[in-house]
Amino acid sequence: MSEKKKQSEDELLEKVTSTEYKYGFTTDIESDTIPKGLSEEVVRIISSKKNEPEWMLEYRLNAYKTWLEMEEPNWANVNYEKPNYQDVIYYSAPKQKPVLDSLDDLDPEMKKTFDKLGISLEEQKKLANVAVDIVMDSVSVATSFKETLSEKGIIFCSISDAIQEHPELVKKYLGSVVPTRDNFFSALNSAVFSDGSFCYIPKGVKCPMELSTYFRINEAGTGQFERTLLIADEGSQVSYLEGCTAPMRDENQLHAAVVELVAMDDADIKYSTVQNWYPGNDEGVGGVFNFVTKRGICYKNAKISWTQVETGSAVTWKYPSCILKGDNSIGEFFSVAVTNNFQQADTGTKMIHLGKNTKSTIIAKGICAGKSNGNYRGLVRISKGAANSRNFSQCDSLLMGDKCGSHTFPYIEVKNNSSKIEHEATTSKIGEDQLFYCNQRGIGTEEAIALIVNGYCKDVLNQLPMEFAVEAQKLLEISLEGSVG
Amino acid sequence: MLKVKNLKAGIEDSQILKGINLEVNAGEVHAIMGPNGSGKSTLASVIAGKEEYEVVEGNIDFEGDDLLELSPEERAQKGVFLSFQYPVEIPGISVSNFIKTSISEQRKATGMKPMTTKDLLKMMRDKMELLNIKNGYLSRNMNEGFSGGEKKRNEIFQMAMLEPKLSILDETDSGLDIDALRIVANGVNKLKNKNNATIVITHYQRLLDYIVPDFVHVLHNGRIIKSGGKELALELEEKGYDWITKEADKKWD
Repeated sequence: MSEKKKQSEDELLEKVTSTEYKYGFTTDIESDTIPKGLSEEVVRIISSKKNEPEWMLEYRLNAYKTWLEMEEPNWANVNYEKPNYQDVIYYSAPKQKPVLDSLDDLDPEMKKTFDKLGISLEEQKKLANVAVDIVMDSVSVATSFKETLSEKGIIFCSISDAIQEHPELVKKYLGSVVPTRDNFFSALNSAVFSDGSFCYIPKGVKCPMELSTYFRINEAGTGQFERTLLIADEGSQVSYLEGCTAPMRDENQLHAAVVELVAMDDADIKYSTVQNWYPGNDEGVGGVFNFVTKRGICYKNAKISWTQVETGSAVTWKYPSCILKGDNSIGEFFSVAVTNNFQQADTGTKMIHLGKNTKSTIIAKGICAGKSNGNYRGLVRISKGAANSRNFSQCDSLLMGDKCGSHTFPYIEVKNNSSKIEHEATTSKIGEDQLFYCNQRGIGTEEAIALIVNGYCKDVLNQLPMEFAVEAQKLLEISLEGSVG
Repeated sequence: MLKVKNLKAGIEDSQILKGINLEVNAGEVHAIMGPNGSGKSTLASVIAGKEEYEVVEGNIDFEGDDLLELSPEERAQKGVFLSFQYPVEIPGISVSNFIKTSISEQRKATGMKPMTTKDLLKMMRDKMELLNIKNGYLSRNMNEGFSGGEKKRNEIFQMAMLEPKLSILDETDSGLDIDALRIVANGVNKLKNKNNATIVITHYQRLLDYIVPDFVHVLHNGRIIKSGGKELALELEEKGYDWITKEADKKWD
């Protein structure tokens, strides 16, 4: 490599690390916060602040006790200083929690925040035909389209409301897919979850619109512990969107969400995520710790499809999974994971084949730039009874520059001989030749990278609903500004 | 339009171009011929601005601009087009999307309004007809799984869409069968007018049966050792390169 070229490459890499997080601002909304630290007392306070019934408090206390006995996992290929769990604030709610007749009644400060993010609620309401349940910090402050949905018998509300209004459903399904004891973070979440979304689609109902929640971490030092529970009853269909951006912070913010999906016989759930939490600055300081447990269970002929575009967080630990319990059920996982600067990601999926003729597809695309570290970790388990089941996995990595790293850890367990598994993996660099070719057509290097990356991610982006795909593309561009290989 | 003066360039320590002088005016077709390794493709790459080549001396003037001061994309935006000898694959990006991006970036750079989708599609259809390109081509991914002939035709299609002032065709004939060659050459001829110019880089005279040059230059060991009219190409075809390269080697050694 010539000296001149080396120099220009270094300059570009330099530029990557100086690209600032574009959504870094904080909202000045008065918050109702409890002292930091975790104890039985704190769990009781959270439960009582939320006016919860006794069974819910029991559930939380039980989880807290379980958590105390567990240890934080170490097996992921990431390095970070373990959070001090006594230094985290476990509950924060905007003080003003108005009952909104319309979105116009929203706190002006909050509205400004959403405007900065380019998310106009009015526009969404009018144009996108999307019902939005916003989680700002821990409490839902606005729920819309409830009426349209309730006409069909669809329940879409905060999990807090669901605990009050639909206790029989929550009691039956909460923890049924991700048990409290599942892992360290699911136990923590079960003890202290502050809010999240709940959704129930009745038998045979096709949800008439995309359901969407925008999450946002907003209070300095507040751990965000959402809990999402989505139940699609027999023969129903739903597409759920989850998108996140968070303001810039210096200290690490802990985030340990749990998402549970239940797809009854013949049901179809599509769950899409765009994640853009603060990744830390160019020296690796700050950023969100994202330790998420997402899992769905499929009964007979049911289908669950996870799509995720992960660009944010300092450390990501996330494996959206499918338990293919019913015969002929289908699990899918489509993922784009971008790491830049000092970001670390260990993400992938688990496909557990239990029923006969079950099928799963995994398409994972990793993009690494800066000094980041991206890992795909996936498990395909085909049990003895899962005759004639099939899996196809494709794991690709795209590297930019020579300071990042990418690893693939596929685990495959097959216990019968009528099943078929295919696994493909590639690693490539954005080539100088590709860039020069684009440049020669008048396309600048930044734009060329965006184009090449979009092409690389196409199979995943195509899975996203239209408006989300556009947002995801924008996010990829912002995340990779200045990177070149 | 293009004035190359005493151009010396190379990669790292090896000097490939050793003082090229070349002047190309609007409406002209120039052929650059020469044996393998003479520096033909290097000249094309240096004009287009490929970074790995270092220019040590000389200059390139393109319509009053010093090309060497411009980035590759700026040169393209000014109207310099290179048809690649080995076109590059861009997986997942369709031909139409790529060309749309290319055109809109070029228009943006020159302060023109973006083209409407309708106009763009119409233009694409017209140019496809011109180059005998079948339907379904636009939605294929850029050069992915293209045959050698398809790749070259795709280059000429982009040239037709971008309407450059100066087109440099780098070994466009290599890897083409006679039918594909004829189609590509026909396309180039149809796109030719009094305001644009073409530099055809080729090893063989064959292409020049279809694209008739006004001037022929022989490149050898980094220098243009002979220039002439189209008859020079025929002479080369007949006698090979030896008779002039030997003479030149004597002169420069």
